[in-house]
Amino acid sequence: MEIVAQTVASGVLLGLILALSAAGLTLIWGVMDIVNFAHGDFLMLGMYASFFAWAVLGLDPLLALPGVVAALGLFGVVVYLGVIRPVLRGSVLAQIFATFGLGILLRGVAQFVFTADYRQIGDTMATGSFAVGPVHLGLPQTIAALGALIVSGLLFALLDRTTVGTALRATAEDRSAAELMGIDTRRMFALAWAVGAGCVGAAAGLLAIYFPIFPDVGAVFGLLAFVTVALGGFGSVGGAMLAGVLIGVVTSVAGLIFDPAYKFTVAYLLYLVVLVIRPQGLLGRA
Amino acid sequence: MPRPGLPVIALVAAALVYPLVFGSPAAINVGVLILLFAALGTAWNLLGGYAGQISFGHAVFFGIGAYTSTVLLKEAGLSPWLGMLAGAALAALAAVLLGVPTFRLAGHYFAIATIVIGEIAHTVVRNLDAIGGARGLFLPILPTSLVNYQFHNSRLPYYGIAFGLYALALAATLMVERRRIGYYLRAIREDPTASRSVGVSVLQYKLAAAALSAALTAICGTFYAQYVLFIDSDSVFPLSLSILIALTAILGGAGRAYGPLLGAGVLVPLSEITRIAFGGTGRGADLVIYGALIVLISVAQPGGIAALGDALRRRLPQPA
Repeated sequence: MEIVAQTVASGVLLGLILALSAAGLTLIWGVMDIVNFAHGDFLMLGMYASFFAWAVLGLDPLLALPGVVAALGLFGVVVYLGVIRPVLRGSVLAQIFATFGLGILLRGVAQFVFTADYRQIGDTMATGSFAVGPVHLGLPQTIAALGALIVSGLLFALLDRTTVGTALRATAEDRSAAELMGIDTRRMFALAWAVGAGCVGAAAGLLAIYFPIFPDVGAVFGLLAFVTVALGGFGSVGGAMLAGVLIGVVTSVAGLIFDPAYKFTVAYLLYLVVLVIRPQGLLGRA
Repeated sequence: MPRPGLPVIALVAAALVYPLVFGSPAAINVGVLILLFAALGTAWNLLGGYAGQISFGHAVFFGIGAYTSTVLLKEAGLSPWLGMLAGAALAALAAVLLGVPTFRLAGHYFAIATIVIGEIAHTVVRNLDAIGGARGLFLPILPTSLVNYQFHNSRLPYYGIAFGLYALALAATLMVERRRIGYYLRAIREDPTASRSVGVSVLQYKLAAAALSAALTAICGTFYAQYVLFIDSDSVFPLSLSILIALTAILGGAGRAYGPLLGAGVLVPLSEITRIAFGGTGRGADLVIYGALIVLISVAQPGGIAALGDALRRRLPQPA
């Protein structure tokens, strides 16, 4: 029983970070109908940013977090202006092609500049572990999950409580109606990329506290983010949060019950089963 | 029978001339890969281009083809040609079984479901020790002969077979284009609701396209196994292969019969040249150039290379 509680707890901790990264992906999708297939590679870049802030500047990953968020947000805008805006006039296929190419490019650049070596951030403020009843939680994992929860809360507040957030949601709801109301939807697109990529940056900076960093690290996390988003329902930030925690728990429990090699497979199967029953995802609009 | 058009004649001529001009084994290898990926892209195009179902999981069918013929050859001594047919049948069956639940999914949901199915298959095969698991399978080396589907002295026979694969996929596409199913598929892609309302059985036609596409892809998988003589889950089931197949068709212009050949003609030499010229660094410089070119092409020409041809044609004065 203890091991089950332990497994569920670590699943929730990972799930919260997954949820945050998926929220960034789903925001961009909801606002402008584009799936960023380079999403995992954005995460990888953010983790490297965090690593070099620590290795070169000696910054603790928690202190570097705002900088990493800002850097990724800026990167998101650059990608929007340089790659996404030109392909908006093309077909969906061109958009898919462009973001897949971008992912290959980013991974190649990372391998070229940083080499394929695994890197790990060493002594951070968050080390050690603590016990809640029978469950032992790693402090780095817990702090990262709490951080993800806080950033997700900020994202909700931004979308729900501010004028800009309302304009973003209006653009997602009905682009032409939003334009008629005087909303500059092009600026909203850029903003969605800034906020979406910023969320990925936050997830990356938090994950980097304890997770090894290498050029392909985005592959698995990127795929999990797609699954999380589709499971929660595209464009639904709340759905992404729910699905993120669910997938975190399912992967860890599956790793306990089955061969750990199959832990993601079980999450993928869950996703397929849910889609067959509810094609629009858990909280998506039909 | 309609007379073969100009593109077909030009194609056959180019395929015949290529090995005469570029005779080195490396160049023949590039030719084989161009034709193989042209065949794969053409097969993908039946489902992705004509029926509008964007699959990022076609490596599943490729892997089914490669593993079916290889396991039957190793375990039962069955000729790879018969194994190829078994693999094609199995892949078509898999496509129908996977298509029934997933074709209800819209747009990106479908694309992501195909990625997920591919990753599940990849993981299962890697961990299935009965068929080699992570170590993969070496094919038994047999004497050079067409019956054995193995040629050790020259790559030219493989080049010929690869051309045959492409011709088969192209012939299937041209037949689909001219028959009722081709019109139905395009109608379904443009507006599924309207198609259904005029009585087109949407699911049935999509399943037919998927089965044909999967069978052709599996045949290419058997070819790959016989060409390389070693298969493992990472070479025939990976997501990167699924993506390459889709990109070949998309780059050439999805939904155009000759598009995938154009796409393969650009992508394969590009990746081979960058790999040979820059891959030796072991640092992924080839990926940088490859990725950058994909982004550049899609930004400069969102409709694919074939659309570039259309744009040029529009600009030229039309013959009266």
